[in-house]
Amino acid sequence: MTHTQEVSTADHRGGADDADRLARYTGPPIPVRRPRHPVLRFWSTAVGKKWVMALSGLALLGFVLAHMVGNLKLYLGESHFNEYAEWLRDLGEPALPRTVLLWGMRLGLIAAFGLHIVAAAQLTRINHKARPVQYQSHRDYVAANFASRTMRWTGVIVALFVLFHLADLTWGNANPDFVPGDPYDNVIASFQRVPVAIIYIVANLALAFHIFHGAWSMFQSLGWNNPRWNAVRRYFAATFAAVIAIGNISMPLLVVTGVVTK
Amino acid sequence: MDLNLKVWRQAGPDAPGRFETYAMRGVSEDMSFLELFDVLNEQLEGRGEEPVAFDHDCREGICGSCAMMIGGRAHGPETGTATCQLHLRKLVDGDTIAVEPWRAAGFPIIKDLAVDRAAFDRIVEAGGYITAPTGSARDANEILVPKEAADAAMDAAACIGCGACVAACPNGAAQLFTAAKYSHLSLLPQGQPERYTRVVALVEETERWFGSCTNHGECEKACPKEISIDFIALLNRDYVKAQLKNRALTGQKR
Amino acid sequence: MTTLDAKIPAGPIAEKWDNHKFSAKLVNPANKRKFEVIVVGSGLAGASAGATLGELGYRVTMLTFHDSPRRAHSIAAQGGINAAKNYRNDGDSVHRLFYDTVKGGDYRAREANVYRLAQVSVNIIDQCVAQGVPFAREYGGLLDNRSFGGAQVSRTFYARGQTGQQLLLGAYQALARQVHLGNVKLHNRTEMLDLVVKDGVACGVVARDLITGEVRSFSGHAVVLATGGYGNAFYLSTNAKASNVTAAWRAHRRGALMANPCYTQIHPTCIPASDDFQSKLTLMSESLRNDGRIWVPRDAGDARSPDQIPESDRDYYLERRYPAFGNLVPRDVASRAAKREVDEGRGVGPLKNGVYLDFGAAIARLGRSVIEQRYGNLFQMYERIAGEDPYTVPMRIYPAVHYTMGGLWVDYNLMSNVPGLYVLGEANFSDHGANRLGASALMQGLADGYFVLPATIGDFLAPLLGTEPVPTDDPAFREAEAAVGEQVRRLLSSTGSHPVDHFHRELGKILWDNCGMTRTAESLDRALTDIPALRDEFWSDVRVLGENESFNQSLEKAGRVADFLEFGELLVRDARHREESCGGHFRVEHQTEEGEALRNDDDFAYVAAWEWTGDSARPTLHEEPLAFENVALAQRSYK
Ligand SMILES: Cc1cc2nc3c(=O)[nH]c(=O)nc-3n(C[C@H](O)[C@H](O)[C@H](O)COP(=O)(O)OP(=O)(O)OC[C@H]3O[C@@H](n4cnc5c(N)ncnc54)[C@H](O)[C@@H]3O)c2cc1C
Ligand code: FES
Repeated sequence: MTHTQEVSTADHRGGADDADRLARYTGPPIPVRRPRHPVLRFWSTAVGKKWVMALSGLALLGFVLAHMVGNLKLYLGESHFNEYAEWLRDLGEPALPRTVLLWGMRLGLIAAFGLHIVAAAQLTRINHKARPVQYQSHRDYVAANFASRTMRWTGVIVALFVLFHLADLTWGNANPDFVPGDPYDNVIASFQRVPVAIIYIVANLALAFHIFHGAWSMFQSLGWNNPRWNAVRRYFAATFAAVIAIGNISMPLLVVTGVVTK
Repeated sequence: MDLNLKVWRQAGPDAPGRFETYAMRGVSEDMSFLELFDVLNEQLEGRGEEPVAFDHDCREGICGSCAMMIGGRAHGPETGTATCQLHLRKLVDGDTIAVEPWRAAGFPIIKDLAVDRAAFDRIVEAGGYITAPTGSARDANEILVPKEAADAAMDAAACIGCGACVAACPNGAAQLFTAAKYSHLSLLPQGQPERYTRVVALVEETERWFGSCTNHGECEKACPKEISIDFIALLNRDYVKAQLKNRALTGQKR
Repeated sequence: MTTLDAKIPAGPIAEKWDNHKFSAKLVNPANKRKFEVIVVGSGLAGASAGATLGELGYRVTMLTFHDSPRRAHSIAAQGGINAAKNYRNDGDSVHRLFYDTVKGGDYRAREANVYRLAQVSVNIIDQCVAQGVPFAREYGGLLDNRSFGGAQVSRTFYARGQTGQQLLLGAYQALARQVHLGNVKLHNRTEMLDLVVKDGVACGVVARDLITGEVRSFSGHAVVLATGGYGNAFYLSTNAKASNVTAAWRAHRRGALMANPCYTQIHPTCIPASDDFQSKLTLMSESLRNDGRIWVPRDAGDARSPDQIPESDRDYYLERRYPAFGNLVPRDVASRAAKREVDEGRGVGPLKNGVYLDFGAAIARLGRSVIEQRYGNLFQMYERIAGEDPYTVPMRIYPAVHYTMGGLWVDYNLMSNVPGLYVLGEANFSDHGANRLGASALMQGLADGYFVLPATIGDFLAPLLGTEPVPTDDPAFREAEAAVGEQVRRLLSSTGSHPVDHFHRELGKILWDNCGMTRTAESLDRALTDIPALRDEFWSDVRVLGENESFNQSLEKAGRVADFLEFGELLVRDARHREESCGGHFRVEHQTEEGEALRNDDDFAYVAAWEWTGDSARPTLHEEPLAFENVALAQRSYK
């Protein structure tokens, strides 16, 4: 009986480098660093970043919805509205000291915003590198819609708006009539200024477009895909965007047109 | 019929390029778009001008060689159709049509309309296979593959590697190509042992050459084989799973 | 003339391959990496060979003129691949596949090769499934089969209408894995333009980088050609545009024998050309003939549209002439019958160059939905190309060149008469005789690449252990490089008035008219004077623009057409010498009273292998006699 030695055929030449794999020019790859730590490595890929964007986007969607629902109390009158604002601070009591949960949520939101924006900025850079020379003739898009192609602009508008919104109604420096602790009056005073109302309306339109693509895109990025309810994803995104747009825009609109007053 | 072609001419990879306009008069509407270019090239050669370089081979929509951006759309206006299968009767008489090469960093232009798509080979080399050395296979019918799985795998495997997905994608991403390759192999029982190493290898290699998928869905519409972006969702999901799974205990290659 | 030794192993036919593998010398696994093998071609044959040799540990250099191995012409095969699995329990066996192939080849194939092919067919399916080829399945998860090309058993495995694509992707992925591991070096867009032979042994190739124009030598212990068929000699064929004979022809000029070039297969169901600019013909699956009825108007010159022609004025000529087989007669019979109708003026369509394939009756009988289920994608393809809806207007079809059985001569080991030169796939002449059965080309390409070559190449390489490949600065390489450079220079300095395609079309016309579906001594003699004349005209009147140093498709084409112009003459010469009809070679002088091919087994039961003797000299004929010990010779009849 003969014994043949087992020889692995896998690595006779100890792996191959790029030059070896194809002794031919393919154009330079896009430079990317792949860190060793699994979390950083995951983050280093575009698929990983999109996953982070989807999850942070989901959190932001939740916030936007809750924020709108809360603010619609505007229509119930001053006391309801201000009570709601107080309640937010009390949230979590007595398990937690006052405002701790609110601050926790705020930090979470800041993190979600931060990750969402950083990932988006990095993806945009990747995509610029992926097509350094643009098409020289007019593109005729079939599926990519206005919303999907303007995500980075609607995103920037919303981000800038958030800063303005904070300065307007949280910190007060963008609102000459700002009275700390009197949210209802602050809102009405702010919205009664026509330019401000326009800013709010435009920004919320941008937000709606952003959500229209984002809320759908989220499902794809998370891999939530099932032909049985795929169609629902579009309806969900469209409905969500419409609800947010109508709810949020109604407030400045009704105030600036004088329907809702102090 | 008459057509005006605005064709991108570029002498070499680093040469500057420009559009040249060619008036094609009285061409037959039964011609394919590539035959229109054959006619154009014969005319050019007759005038002593260099013919337009463009990739093509099978001319039946299966080899994936042909690649033209026609009127702002990858492979032209007809859905589910490669450039070679586009016939002039689908175009409008008298139109002016811009024809450009695929544009992406991963597809450097070689000349005129011809681009280098070897980056796709790099992706497959990185993990687009099932390890099955010749001679080691057991009887084919010992592996049961549910018909649904075989059909779904075939839907993905129909990819011809033409690069229209990259060309059409506003981000220059190759997600549809990679997802199709990945899904073809990973929907089959044979593809399970390497499933999660494969997804990581494919994603990382793809991103060395191409942009990121932001779910425009444009690729699906440009794909001559109408491959669904559902496969991209599968790729995304499995990529995350690959990070979370304890592969040793789920019988997966690490 | 010499008699060729095919090195067929002794013993009973069923044991030859096993015995042969046992007696072949082996290369020790650790030594395999000391051998450099050059594989030209990345179709089914080349990719499977490259992958397998790489897995075994050989160092492989792979050349293809395609931009990716996956684009090789094999990708276009539609129908399926045969294997003697007998999964249907319908009486199939290795022996039956062997028998069918020899008979289908009209008794002009080498028995031992065909038997081996049938044997390994079984392993091919196993291998492909393991790689993840998504063959069609039954609901229970088992493999599905269909009957193909008139076979009486269901032995064809398929993946929708894209079997070739899926098989090639399987082989390409296995190859890609080896490329990744560094066992295979891939050179895409690199075209082999010459074979290098030193002291009678193949030692390398000279190739041109199609992007930079650089002419480069590759040296190895053995050279494997898997460069496909030469159907494009006819200009219009179902082959991909770039398919060509250059690699094989260059090897031929360096001493390799070219066998049976006149065996060309015509496929009856292709979409006829629509105008003079037509660049290629598209094949429609043969399965259409299962339900479609073929007819032409009874009277020549009947210009009415098909729906205006009443039944009484139609001639269902296949059903009339072959009542038993009707529309399902074999490819060659159906093709010749269509040609006869068109030649006699009963052709249909704007150019009167087709016959109707009518589904009207089938739709009336089975309903549109059944037809749609069976042929939906084919109908769609037809509609796209022809611009007519086959559900309402009968399809127009006409035969076209499809496959070439001839090729470089190889022995049982797939080695040509030049030691160290192996030829696989459609490029060799080996297994199909004078006619190939449907779904057998894919089988042969993969058999050659996965199983045969890897088992036989060791026998040649083992004694070479310790030798280095011939260095590429050897005079043999220098001379070949100079010859390639000279040809390129000559083509580019041409200042004629016609583009390359003009000459290719002319050559195609000569071959199709004189050496196509039917051939006569007279037509062949005419071709033998026309082709050299066209060749001279080519060299004096062709115009190739551009330069060598960049991507230059005209230059590529010019080189290929130049070789077709030489090869075409040999094709005709072979047809002229073979005074019999067999399979794809139909000499009008040799037919039965019923108009069927009439073989001459006494004088022509041999493989005709031609040797190149110089530019203006006649080639020398060598014969390999064919012995039929396991299949009795018989005459085909389909009445
Ligand atoms: C439309 C169509 C349908 C078919 N359907 C079927 C079917 O259903 N079943 C079946 O069994 N058969 C079918 N066939 C036949 C079958 O597809 C082919 O015979 C087979 O695929 C040939 O494979 P191959 O590997 O020998 O060559 P190819 O696949 O032709 O590959 C040739 C390779 O060689 C390379 N090459 C050639 N010359 C050079 C050179 N000079 N330098 C560098 N590289 C070179 C090319 O780049 C390519 O990679 C069909 C054929 C056609 C045309
Ligand atoms: S030329 Fe092959 S797909 Fe278009």
